[in-house]
Amino acid sequence: MATTETNDGHGEAHGETRRDFLYIATGAVAAVGIGSIAWPFIDQMNPDAASLALASTSVDISALGEGESMTVMWRGKPVFIRKRTPTEVEEAKEVPLSELRDTDARNPNIGTGEATDANRAVQGREDLLVMIGVCTHLGCIPLGQAGDFDGWFCPCHGSHYDTAGRIRRGPAPENLAIPPYSFPDESTLVVG
Amino acid sequence: MAGHGPKTHFKNPAVRWLDSRLPIVSMMNDQAIVFPTPKNLNYMWTFGAILTFMLVTMIVTGITLAMHYAANTAIAFDQVEKIMRDVNFGWLLRYIHAVGASMFFFAVYMHIARGLYYGSYKAPREVLWMLGVIILILMMATAFMGYVLPWGQMSGWGATVITNLFSAIPLVGPSITEWLWGGFAVDNATLNRFFALHYLLPFVIAGVVILHIWALHVAGNNNPTGVSVKSSKDTVPFSPYLTIKDGFAIVIFMILYAWFVFYVPNYLGHPDNYIQFNPLVTPAHIVPEWYLLPFYAMLRAIPDKLGGVIVMFASLLILLVIPWLDTSRVRSARYRPMFKIAFWIWVVTCIALGYLGAMPAEGIYVILARIFTLYYFGFFLILMPVLGIIETPKPLPNSIADDVLAKSKKKHADVHTGSGAGTPEGAAAAPKKD
Ligand code: HEM
Ligand code: FES
Repeated sequence: MATTETNDGHGEAHGETRRDFLYIATGAVAAVGIGSIAWPFIDQMNPDAASLALASTSVDISALGEGESMTVMWRGKPVFIRKRTPTEVEEAKEVPLSELRDTDARNPNIGTGEATDANRAVQGREDLLVMIGVCTHLGCIPLGQAGDFDGWFCPCHGSHYDTAGRIRRGPAPENLAIPPYSFPDESTLVVG
Repeated sequence: MAGHGPKTHFKNPAVRWLDSRLPIVSMMNDQAIVFPTPKNLNYMWTFGAILTFMLVTMIVTGITLAMHYAANTAIAFDQVEKIMRDVNFGWLLRYIHAVGASMFFFAVYMHIARGLYYGSYKAPREVLWMLGVIILILMMATAFMGYVLPWGQMSGWGATVITNLFSAIPLVGPSITEWLWGGFAVDNATLNRFFALHYLLPFVIAGVVILHIWALHVAGNNNPTGVSVKSSKDTVPFSPYLTIKDGFAIVIFMILYAWFVFYVPNYLGHPDNYIQFNPLVTPAHIVPEWYLLPFYAMLRAIPDKLGGVIVMFASLLILLVIPWLDTSRVRSARYRPMFKIAFWIWVVTCIALGYLGAMPAEGIYVILARIFTLYYFGFFLILMPVLGIIETPKPLPNSIADDVLAKSKKKHADVHTGSGAGTPEGAAAAPKKD
């Protein structure tokens, strides 16, 4: 500290002084104060209570025929529900795990698991696939039954997903995410 | 700034009274009237004034638009249509503002290219240059958020893609994106905060512009020779020489601007933005506004999410360090034969990237985008340091005045004598000296 070079009676002329300690202590208290008052101003931008309230969407899927899809909204995002054809299921099953870009199932309903077709489809209903329809690259909505792997194709920057919604080619890093869901009865799907 | 403390004596007692308490009149006199400016500035130097004019235009039309706009997803789209159809002169305000964003970027790109060509980023103008880069980044953020406000398809999907860039950050990425959205997708909370920030940022820009001009007035203008000002023979006072020239350039610029506003107001926009945002359907082709296309092309050139995002941000941030990447002692490309070629290839590269950014991200387009991205970075990271060492510059003129004289001698041998050109400055500066 330049000021300690000349002894002004408040501390020693050389080395650390009590004044240095006071400066640092004052600065530290001010930093903590600024930090704690800044937090409310930052946190106000996070999703508010209304958006957080885990809204769930209930869908009647009894009318969904083989090879048909429907889209419902959940938390402002589209959810794809597809009753896959046997060929689509076969195609997805045949892919060895070593060929996958993302080997994580991304399915919270089963905990963690490998991205096999069984781990991606609804448990016990291998024809049914329920996924969040948001490209894991930059968030566009992929088009169904398109692309080089007969699954989904994102036109924004060219990501190809297969018939189990797994990323196969293009810039997207992850498989399409699967939302938490449950089946209160055969024909009702509850997302969320 | 030189204007601290009154040095000038004003005849008007009220002005004198004010100036001795707040020397604002002498400051304006020193900085905008008698300020010595190289006498050889060409029209590329008028873009600074044009940019100032554009900032004022955007703020005036923006505030008047805000009097009629409403940042709510339920009505925002209709509200903009109301501005177009019902509000008195609403169509004019909106077109001046929407076309203005494009004109603003056109001017800023010319301004930056000027700086690169004539070496204006080099010592002693590094801080001036870096403040300019910060202004460019703020302008991009402002324009991006403004484009979201009409809540059309391009607004919503552009916002989705750009905010998702942050999700590439490892670990905290997804939380940052949700924090930016205020939800789990681009929605009402997002529109609201974007409006608040779109209103704020232009005033932040105005603040940085003041610092930018302050830094300019410390170092003084660069000029086409890149040779520093050596004596008063090299300069003319800002007023009337540059005020008139800048004013003339602004008028020419306004003609072009007015042509767009009145004849092809939607030419630079995208028709999909006249369709209300639908979170379930992404348009087949999402493209940003033309002025962001080169950066978008670089993002897509990289086949990896995080990598693409890093390259895109790096393409802007690299501009901050070029004062230290360029090793040449000569400023102006006029005397740097190799750098001149490298510069023009870089300009072509930026235009090519702009074209590729608008094309679909497949096949040959991606390969070309990769080649041009390499040159974009290679120009700064390899050519700038290397050319400064291996290139032999052409001989520099002794002074700005010498250069001007050598040129005009060929035409009118005795009109521009050294003393003749020096007189106006002495005359205008006279009230300063007592
Ligand atoms: C740096 C200066 C600014 C830039 C580059 C800019 C850019 C833009 C752009 C690109 C749009 C979209 C135009 C369209 O397609 O409709 C827009 C809209 C808008 N801006 Fe700005 N703006 C600036 C300053 C301001 C200011 C100071 C305000 C004041 C509040 C403002 C208020 C608005 C409003 C209300 C809209 C929505 C109406 C509309 O879409 O035309 N802007 N801005
Ligand atoms: S958002 Fe789907 S590929 Fe980029």
